[in-house]
Amino acid sequence: MALSRETLLQLYEMMVKIRTFEERVAEIYYEGKQPVFNIAAGPVPGEMHLYSGQEAVAAGVCAHLRPDDPVTSTHRPHGHLIAKGVDLKRMMAEIFGKETGLCHGKGGHMHLFDPELHFGCGGIVGGGIPHAVGAALAIKKRGEDRVAVSFFGEGAANIGAFHESLNLAAIWKLPAVFVVEDNLYAISVPKTASTAVRSNAERGAAYGMPAVQVDGQDVVAVYEAAGEAIERARRGEGPSLIEAVCYRFRGHFEGDPEHYLPEGEKEKWKQRDPIVLLGNQLKEQGWLTDEEAQAIQERMTALVAEAEAFARQSAYPAPEAALTDVFVQAS
Amino acid sequence: MAERLLTTARAIAEAIAQEMERDERVFVMGEDIGAYGGIFGATQGLLEKFGPERVMDTPISEMGFIGAAVGAATEGMRPIAELMFVDFFGVAMDQIFNHMAKIHYMSGGNVKVPMVLMTAIGGGYSDAAQHSQCLYGLFAHTPGIKVVIPSTPYDAKGLMIQAIRDDDPVMYFFHKGIMGLGWMYPNPRATGPVPEEPYTIPFGQADIKREGTDLTILTVSLMVHRSLDAAEQLAEEGISAEVIDLRTLVPLDKETIIESVKKTHRVLVVDEDYKSFGMSGELIAIIAEEALDYLDAPPKRLAVPDVPIPYSRPLEEFVLPSVERIVQTARDLVAE
Ligand SMILES: Cc1ncc(C[n+]2csc(CCOP(=O)(O)OP(=O)(O)O)c2C)c(N)n1
Ligand SMILES: [Mg+2]
Repeated sequence: MALSRETLLQLYEMMVKIRTFEERVAEIYYEGKQPVFNIAAGPVPGEMHLYSGQEAVAAGVCAHLRPDDPVTSTHRPHGHLIAKGVDLKRMMAEIFGKETGLCHGKGGHMHLFDPELHFGCGGIVGGGIPHAVGAALAIKKRGEDRVAVSFFGEGAANIGAFHESLNLAAIWKLPAVFVVEDNLYAISVPKTASTAVRSNAERGAAYGMPAVQVDGQDVVAVYEAAGEAIERARRGEGPSLIEAVCYRFRGHFEGDPEHYLPEGEKEKWKQRDPIVLLGNQLKEQGWLTDEEAQAIQERMTALVAEAEAFARQSAYPAPEAALTDVFVQAS
Repeated sequence: MAERLLTTARAIAEAIAQEMERDERVFVMGEDIGAYGGIFGATQGLLEKFGPERVMDTPISEMGFIGAAVGAATEGMRPIAELMFVDFFGVAMDQIFNHMAKIHYMSGGNVKVPMVLMTAIGGGYSDAAQHSQCLYGLFAHTPGIKVVIPSTPYDAKGLMIQAIRDDDPVMYFFHKGIMGLGWMYPNPRATGPVPEEPYTIPFGQADIKREGTDLTILTVSLMVHRSLDAAEQLAEEGISAEVIDLRTLVPLDKETIIESVKKTHRVLVVDEDYKSFGMSGELIAIIAEEALDYLDAPPKRLAVPDVPIPYSRPLEEFVLPSVERIVQTARDLVAE
């Protein structure tokens, strides 16, 4: 099935949006951390896990989702939340720890929650997978046509939560889609050292659900596989698994020395940058000119600049606010 | 000869290496402990020295490999498992809480579980609610686990060797702020003198890190450093604070605590763990039981006020004990 120009341009624009947002976050992250790196310093302190290189997965999957479709994500959540359609201003403000942020500064970059988009994520590997099962269970109990999607890494596929969740989703025939982003590494540990089977698609099949492995640098391949899985779930035909093979371009977290990478590996993968791949394809088809590409980039840069200005101008929460929200406020 | 200086991370890695040389039953398992050397450097250089058979990078399968450490220990090995951040205990809690801690007791003393579970604790750098906790109180609450919490490179080495040689399961908590990492907030005390030859520090011996007469500060880990800084400031105001580093919570050196309280008549507990039902309450209860009559003022405690650790800097600073807050609380205590 050939995709329309409109769809391809939307996918392209979304990938550029994610990349642009994160490239700016990376620059901001190093403010106050030079010449001596200190993780606690600067306007954006703490750990920072960026998604650069994997944009095709978030864009290709989320293009099929509605705002009310639940999504669970990981410690590397920016791409998924942006593709889900978040307000960049409130997302950026949360990353700055500001009162106007999605979580009023309590969550930060790894703990972004947007209930309007039914989006949640967290810093415990595998923690979100059962939540997607529960969201799908709620959908099924109510007889709705929504779909719950869980994104997680190939490293997370070795934790118990993954295995229990797949089995539950399969026996209960839930409207869930499990998206394994196989970026080859869990921090420094390569998939070949952590996983005895070649592909996590084999594990999906073992739990009794349709499962495929796709090229995660190819947004069209992701889009097509995700479309099938999500439609299947909406029709009430149960869960699926997609493993998208991709690569992270920036290290596990900012400051990762990456001594564990074989020489030349990253450079090789960067030659298959998902944004460049689709851009070239669009240009060959005559569907995108250099000027149009430039205009898209400028629009995204402006959006991100607006989000940054909003975050910087916003106030920090009052220190005493640390004591609220442990429990629901009695009204 | 000049004293040899090491970071805490180096001191821990050296302790493990020396025990691995001495005892071939010792091996290490954990995530990113091989080529990476441990996210906090506690296993740096071990893979190069001992190879992948004894320094095993694991998949992200904490229940599996911590449970495997229990099983290997009951078969006579001496495994060291690293749980990267203590916050991740949840995915392995059954193995820790119901197996590691209880097998010796349930077997009527017939089965030993000689393993070390080492893990990183602590906040102060905006890593938020799932990467900043201390939680040693939770494990000290659980019968059957020895709880070790060093604060200096010297103590870290001696306590690690002791932990590996101990026949019981030991949880060994290192604070990220005491490791001497180049990328963490700076801490001059994270580097200190460490003898080259192996040595042990017995469990259940608190260390008086600074002597004083007006009040006793009971604490562990990074808060020892904060308390020492506070004691320095208090001295300038003419207040003499005694800083006691408990070093191990299980077993606990009650004697040193009680003796100090009998001397100073005032006590402040500084704890980076949650306030309620934890270390601070336990210590004050012991003092109430055994030295109530010696107290000239109600005991005070500084701890995380029963909220998860928030991300945003002003929020996190508000909930963690700081030098300023220790100084202020000590002043109030002495004025009472
Ligand atoms: C239960 C648990 N164990 C370990 C960690 C530490 N950790 C954070 S991310 C990560 C690697 C995750 O790898 P993967 O699932 O492949 O995702 P990726 O980082 O490659 O996106 C690890 C080990 C954690 N956060 N939670
Ligand atoms: Mg991965």
